[in-house]
Amino acid sequence: MLSKVAEVFDEPGCEHNRAKSEKDRKKGCARPAKPGAAAGGCAFDGAKIALQPITDAVHLVHGPIACEGNSWDNRGSLSSGPMLYRTSFTTDLCENDIVMGGEKRLARALQEIVEKYDPPAVFVYQTCVTALTGDDVEAVCKAESRRLGRPVVPVNAPGFVGGKNLGNKLAGEALLDTVIGTEEPEYTTPTDINIIGEFNLSGDLWQVKPLLARLGVRILACLSGDARYREVAWSHRARAAMMVCSKALINVARKMQERYGIPFFEGSFYGISDMSDTLRNIARLLVERGAPPDLVERTEALIAQEEERVWARLAPYRARLKGKRVLLITGGVKSWSVVSALQEIGMVVVGTSVKKSTKEDKERIEEIMGDDAHMVESLPPGEMYAMLKEARADILMAGGRSQFVALKAKVPFLDINQERHHTYAGYEGMVTLVEEIDKAIHSPIWAQVRKPAPWDIRM
Amino acid sequence: MAIVTTSNKSCAVNPLKMSQPIGAALAFMGIDRSIPLLHGSQGCASFGVVLFGRHFRETIPMQTTAVTEVDAVLGGEENIEQALLTLHGKARPALIGLCTTGLTEIRGDDVEGVLKNLRAKHPELRDLAVVHVSTPDFKGSLQDGWAKAVERLVEELVPDSPGSAPDAHSLRVGVEKWWQGGVMLRGSEEMTRINLLTGPHFTPADVQELREIVEVFGLEPIVLPDLSGSLDGHVPEDFRPTTLGGIGLDQIRAMGSSEITLALGESMRPAAAVLERRTGVPFVVFDRLTGLEPTDRFLDLLSKISGRAVPGRLRRQRSRLVDAMLDGHFHFGRKKVAIGAEPDLLFALSTWFAEMGSEIAAAVATTPSPVLEKIPASEVLIGDLEDLEDRAAGCDLLVTHSHGRQASERSGIPLLRVGIPIFDRLGASHQLSVGYQGTMRLVFEAGNVFLANVGEKHPPPFPPPQGGRVRSGRINA
Repeated sequence: MLSKVAEVFDEPGCEHNRAKSEKDRKKGCARPAKPGAAAGGCAFDGAKIALQPITDAVHLVHGPIACEGNSWDNRGSLSSGPMLYRTSFTTDLCENDIVMGGEKRLARALQEIVEKYDPPAVFVYQTCVTALTGDDVEAVCKAESRRLGRPVVPVNAPGFVGGKNLGNKLAGEALLDTVIGTEEPEYTTPTDINIIGEFNLSGDLWQVKPLLARLGVRILACLSGDARYREVAWSHRARAAMMVCSKALINVARKMQERYGIPFFEGSFYGISDMSDTLRNIARLLVERGAPPDLVERTEALIAQEEERVWARLAPYRARLKGKRVLLITGGVKSWSVVSALQEIGMVVVGTSVKKSTKEDKERIEEIMGDDAHMVESLPPGEMYAMLKEARADILMAGGRSQFVALKAKVPFLDINQERHHTYAGYEGMVTLVEEIDKAIHSPIWAQVRKPAPWDIRM
Repeated sequence: MAIVTTSNKSCAVNPLKMSQPIGAALAFMGIDRSIPLLHGSQGCASFGVVLFGRHFRETIPMQTTAVTEVDAVLGGEENIEQALLTLHGKARPALIGLCTTGLTEIRGDDVEGVLKNLRAKHPELRDLAVVHVSTPDFKGSLQDGWAKAVERLVEELVPDSPGSAPDAHSLRVGVEKWWQGGVMLRGSEEMTRINLLTGPHFTPADVQELREIVEVFGLEPIVLPDLSGSLDGHVPEDFRPTTLGGIGLDQIRAMGSSEITLALGESMRPAAAVLERRTGVPFVVFDRLTGLEPTDRFLDLLSKISGRAVPGRLRRQRSRLVDAMLDGHFHFGRKKVAIGAEPDLLFALSTWFAEMGSEIAAAVATTPSPVLEKIPASEVLIGDLEDLEDRAAGCDLLVTHSHGRQASERSGIPLLRVGIPIFDRLGASHQLSVGYQGTMRLVFEAGNVFLANVGEKHPPPFPPPQGGRVRSGRINA
């Protein structure tokens, strides 16, 4: 396990890693969570985030009730078909299983699942407790896979090996080791692509899919938003790939390039210019791999048409939002890709967090914001509250964790991470985002809730 | 009445149950200026933060000792020390509730040893109370973790003083007599303070209602834990990294000088017994407070303890509940209800539905409890939501937490959301189902679900059925 973790950390595809000295590289990329001051999920959480969007598979958590019982059905990854991925499965280990070992229970659980649900594949997630007691999940999966006549994929990412991001990557390793390359698509086209690290939260992927379809580009596989198991298994036949979230599944993109010669680029569906760049890059890579050269022109035509359309859609909001100040606390790609869009409609970004951002991300922010780049390394909730209470921002855009910090300070809040209810991807997603900002800032409740009670004014 | 069985499946599908440590953590969140600390991997706490955050719609001040793979093998003692020092430095909590997890229970970290050393090494922590509770994930459920935390709070914080309660023995005898057939306890002036131990099945609104009922009798309640102070959804004046309210440590320490303890929920019996053993304060268990009859008994006891007659406003509330039952019973009669919940909540709700005339067609619990066999159903299964969904076929109402929504969608049976978590509806903290007012609200809420799902009426079959048999279930079934 430790060697796999070290391998995942030593990611040659990661510029941040390449820039390090040999010695630093050996230490890995883990910023170990600090006892008493940690935030965020564990590696198991990350693995589940990365794989659960495979909609027709069963996701079985091998461990005590906490890992699955406390967490299931808590993310908005959507499906256009099968709903099995939203059913929760766990071996719910009890004391006896801990003493005697849980392998037999796991094998029986797999049989029950196949009898009742007949899924095309089962993913089995190792957890801290079973890793510590030494359950050999890999061996059970191998044996049961043969017996049950279908793939049973071990996902070895127990929570205690690190944070969510590491878990994403270990999930990627599970796909590389046991899934990718095991099936063949019925047919291929010169414009087949993979989208790697997109989880279709609130339907993000669905904002982009029709645009690609208009260009004749087929998503052969998405890892793993709205995916079917077989699509992932035959994803090695794509001509090119896009890696969406800068840090989630970089190892998958890089290894698929090495093994199957699939070139990839890093891009984003957030923000208008970023969306356009993404389409351009997809077209460029496909043409390089032999797609018809007119794809480039058709892409430019689509971009021109979509950009014009979306700016027209955004125009009415410009007057309403001009000069409004945004505090943007998110991570990675979103820190710069959203910034440019907000600036384009006249909003002022008074701060953006760079805690999860790479060196490249930070350079992009500087490029976009110039000297005004107020990059915040970390903003503890107490300081965030003080800042909002002093009305130094008109809206906080952040993940769910900060929601109540803003609301208790009586400042508008917009969730832009996984718990959000709207999709902000693609051109139309930007319109939705701006509409949501407008709705939040101009809600009539603010004037009411900020006004003290009459007896408090009199005092 | 019920036969209690345990599911023999190897795979839990759509779990009903949540883990012990987060139950303990939630109990600690009913204490003012506290922070629950989960001794385990960072994910253990993170999942709890998300779960309770979605339910209460509040910031959840839960932290982790962030045990890594190496710590798990070599021992996570240092993590505890580091976490406690960090939290003390950063947040100055009055209490840290240290809950172990499956991960740290397997190796068996010497938590008490760490705490002892820490006290010796760091005198600056003398004002910080740390209560440690053993809550492995591979045993019990959220309710068990909550119950253990309350028991440990009493053990650690309430000073040992047997007999300090005035005339404990005669009061004990009096309580037993009242319970058996009812005599006046005594109407003394000085009997003012009583302890309420609240189970995890009460919402902040329930706790608030119980407190107010007690206060109406001129009694002073000490409520442990008190979620109505911390997670009732209010807007504090300033930012606080700890809980925003709840029972103070001084109040807990003073519980030994109360007249009586009312253990509200069977799960609170062990904590009440510990309190009695330590301080001599006698206790009475109310295994449910939803419904006319249990509320009557509760008020009757409060009246006897306080020596005051039941006040007019409670009598009026009772009358309104009676009227609501009269109006509502048409819609409850012979309705088939499937309930999945933690034992105390399951008992309270299933008994109440039965008292309204409904049939408990399926009852699924999370963990064993003495109340399960008293549930008015032929079988109570310790199982999951797959079991509940299977048994709910043909039912009129599904009653469980928000995770029942998928079963409800698949089966078309309407879902009444109860317990934790309720993440797809607003106002989980304010759902009231105790006392006359809470029961009345429940009559209306459940009754309205039945009313809204009557469906289209069709002509009856002809010729009409023959033979003598009491018709059960839906007319259309």
